[in-house]
Amino acid sequence: MIVEFLLNGEPATARIVSPVSLLDVLRDQLELPGSKNACEQGECGSCSVVLDGEIVCSCLVMAADVGDSEVVTVEGIGGDGLTPVQRAMHHSGAVQCGFCTPGIVVVAADLFARNPNPTTLEIKEALAGNICRCTGYGAIIRSFEKLARETS
Amino acid sequence: MTAPSRVRPARVAGGVGDSTLRPDGIPKLEGSFEYAQDLWQEGALWGATTRSPHAHARIVAVDVSPALSIGGVHAVLTADDVPGSPTFGLEHSDQPVLASDVINYWGEPVALVAAEDRDTARRAAAAVKVRYEILEPLTDPGEADTRDEAFRRIRIRRGDQEASGPVVVEGYYETAMQDQAPLGTEAGLAVPDGQGGVDLFATSQFLHVDHEQVVASLGLSADQVRAHPTGIGGAFGSREDVNLHIHLCMLALRTGQPVKMVYDRSESFTGHVHRHPARMWYRHEANRDGTLARVEARILLDGGAYASTTPAVLANASYFAVGPYKCDSVAVDGVGTRTNNPPCGAMRGFGAVQVCFAYETQMDRLADALSMDPIELRRKNALTTGDHFATTGQIIETPLPTVEVLESLAAMPLPADSESDLLPGGSGLTTEARHVMRGIGYAIGIKNLGFSEGFDDYSQARVRLAGSGAVVETAAIEVGQGLVTVLAQIARTALGISDVTVEHVDTSRIDSAGSTSASRQTQVSGGAVLKAATTLRDRILHHHDGDDLTDQGVLRNGDVIVTMGELVADDWQETATFRHPPTTAPDEYGQGKLHADFAVAGHRAVVDVDPELGLVRVIRVDTAQDVGKALNPEAVLGQIEGGIMQGVGLAVMEELVVEEGIIRNPNFTDYLLPTILDAPDVEALLIEEDGSWGPFGAKGVGEPPTISSTAAVAAAIRAATGKAIERVPVRPQDIAL
Ligand code: FES
Ligand code: FES
Repeated sequence: MIVEFLLNGEPATARIVSPVSLLDVLRDQLELPGSKNACEQGECGSCSVVLDGEIVCSCLVMAADVGDSEVVTVEGIGGDGLTPVQRAMHHSGAVQCGFCTPGIVVVAADLFARNPNPTTLEIKEALAGNICRCTGYGAIIRSFEKLARETS
Repeated sequence: MTAPSRVRPARVAGGVGDSTLRPDGIPKLEGSFEYAQDLWQEGALWGATTRSPHAHARIVAVDVSPALSIGGVHAVLTADDVPGSPTFGLEHSDQPVLASDVINYWGEPVALVAAEDRDTARRAAAAVKVRYEILEPLTDPGEADTRDEAFRRIRIRRGDQEASGPVVVEGYYETAMQDQAPLGTEAGLAVPDGQGGVDLFATSQFLHVDHEQVVASLGLSADQVRAHPTGIGGAFGSREDVNLHIHLCMLALRTGQPVKMVYDRSESFTGHVHRHPARMWYRHEANRDGTLARVEARILLDGGAYASTTPAVLANASYFAVGPYKCDSVAVDGVGTRTNNPPCGAMRGFGAVQVCFAYETQMDRLADALSMDPIELRRKNALTTGDHFATTGQIIETPLPTVEVLESLAAMPLPADSESDLLPGGSGLTTEARHVMRGIGYAIGIKNLGFSEGFDDYSQARVRLAGSGAVVETAAIEVGQGLVTVLAQIARTALGISDVTVEHVDTSRIDSAGSTSASRQTQVSGGAVLKAATTLRDRILHHHDGDDLTDQGVLRNGDVIVTMGELVADDWQETATFRHPPTTAPDEYGQGKLHADFAVAGHRAVVDVDPELGLVRVIRVDTAQDVGKALNPEAVLGQIEGGIMQGVGLAVMEELVVEEGIIRNPNFTDYLLPTILDAPDVEALLIEEDGSWGPFGAKGVGEPPTISSTAAVAAAIRAATGKAIERVPVRPQDIAL
């Protein structure tokens, strides 16, 4: 089956022959490897994308179901240069191995779009579904606290 | 955190002492950084592995025909297809590349498949028909000890074995099996070179030793195989051993096509080694003034089915069994057992974590028995430079600021009683604030830096002028820790040039950098970069009779006499190998100069406990850590916070549950990892001092944060609840029942 949808603002077409997740289609077929697969169970948030305005784990979304939807991946965040969320992370040591990073960028960009100066607890709640094994979260929290202060 | 003093004036932008930003930060943030999972080549096949569903069995017959008959399957390989050495291993070659006769652990690989797409490969792997005769697994490590199924035994005897003290505490402690759980699973791509050789791009921590094992099992010559560094999503010890490396190369050579393999999360749990579960019996005897008169310990680590690094992990657990304390009468007996449990090996802290939980619990109990302040007891016994190490007798020659770590930790401000944004149980509103019990616990720990016991621990690096500055070449593996940043910083400061990049190169282009483990790369590979860069600068200045080297080129009396462009055109380069101070093998009593360097760190944990449901929330973990010199303070803090989180994980949630040799929770739903809501606030004091042999006085910082953070959290839970807490992770039933 052919699925057509809007991907990072451009029309995209996926050819689906077996039950397959949106994550696999993004990574294997549409050459957007930025979304990461770390659990395939909806537990880690590494595969987070925006689907019709909502954050979802793309590993849990069937690709066949995204017809006519709008999908934004990490590759669709920002354009030329880093967005404030990315810059904040870069300058606060919030990236180590970086495997969790695309998912965190997608979720944090969504958070700041809705709420430009979130409290620490709001930051933590927004990112509660994103596991990072490297940083212990300290630098991630600091980077977004700083960004929230700057935008307030 | 408190900003440490700079190592020296940062004459060069981005030199040591600066919190230089990661060079790979932007691609990682944009999603364009290429990880092993993302590699692809036109025409590549997908590989998959058939694994044993039994922990112990005899293979009666393997029938690959059902798999081969599936359309799109290009090859199905079994043990008979291994061209060279049928076994591999990091220290002992005892693990079959593919099981041929007996299965020794659940998930052991039996067959390999290459097919045109991933689903077909997985389906074919499941279609391989293996007839097993199920055998009774040996899963009780105590029983294995009795039957003398041991990878290694260590016997340490130091000082007067009749010594005793009037105040005695005894205890038995256990720690569970922990998983490194790096977010990136095992992955790689093998590409045949068309001349019988192969290029391997796979997740790794130790490129040259992967290469050695791959070459041996492929039966090729060393130059026919090139192991390449690749983008890696965390490691924490899990990538020190070979897993899919030989498999990928076998499939690529057999099919003549590139082959890609990516483990899914559940396969990853069987595809790498874990932190050894431990059983530890301790007896401390002290004089009335609190000085340790004698320490006895018996330590059992279960190594599981194959050796991996069990002998070295056991050595660490045994040699660090007393902790950072002086004691002149010591007896330690350690055993690393062989069972049919999942193989265990390297994980951040490498044996020092388990014993720290035990000896620090003992120290608290001893303080209690002595009616002494636990900090005062630790201070009184603190090991420092010039002392004999309690177990091995080695005199500590490098700086060891144990007392400073303790005192600065105790002096750090505590949070207000009410300070916490969440209750135990999070937003579940499981209890009311007035029922929550708060506890505070301290622990300190010690670990060796670099390889020990006479191992020839070296790293090679090359520094060459290129582009508009310099390039550092190394085979040292960047796993996320920031080596790529710090090696460039070292080269900048040593050369006087700010434009420096790091290039991770394959095994054919440079000698080994050793493993990204034992907190050693900053010290050992950093040492090699410092040596190469310093020599290169000296040679250039000498050759041109200059007095300074800068981004402009060679200067004499402030004038540029040779431009950087001219220098680059002359192809200046220098290759250097750095070795850390030599160590010796232990004698029959475990005595000798076994370790090249040590680091101490201390943690103070504050926890809130819901005593009815047994839920714990770790509010803060403050720390003081001996870092030698912080070459990149922000990166050091990142290691500290990440390491503490893994220590907190082991204290309150992380446990691989193994029953009859089978892992019951090999997924992220059931193996709990700390989330951002579990993250404690961390205040970190970096204790700096001169005198370490690392570049600019740096010490490794990766492991010390995990050593005593677990013990500190356990102590805090004990303080909050009054429960004995003799096992980690602490489960709700350990508190509420
Ligand atoms: S890969 Fe989708 S949540 Fe982990
Ligand atoms: S940076 Fe490695 S998992 Fe977050």
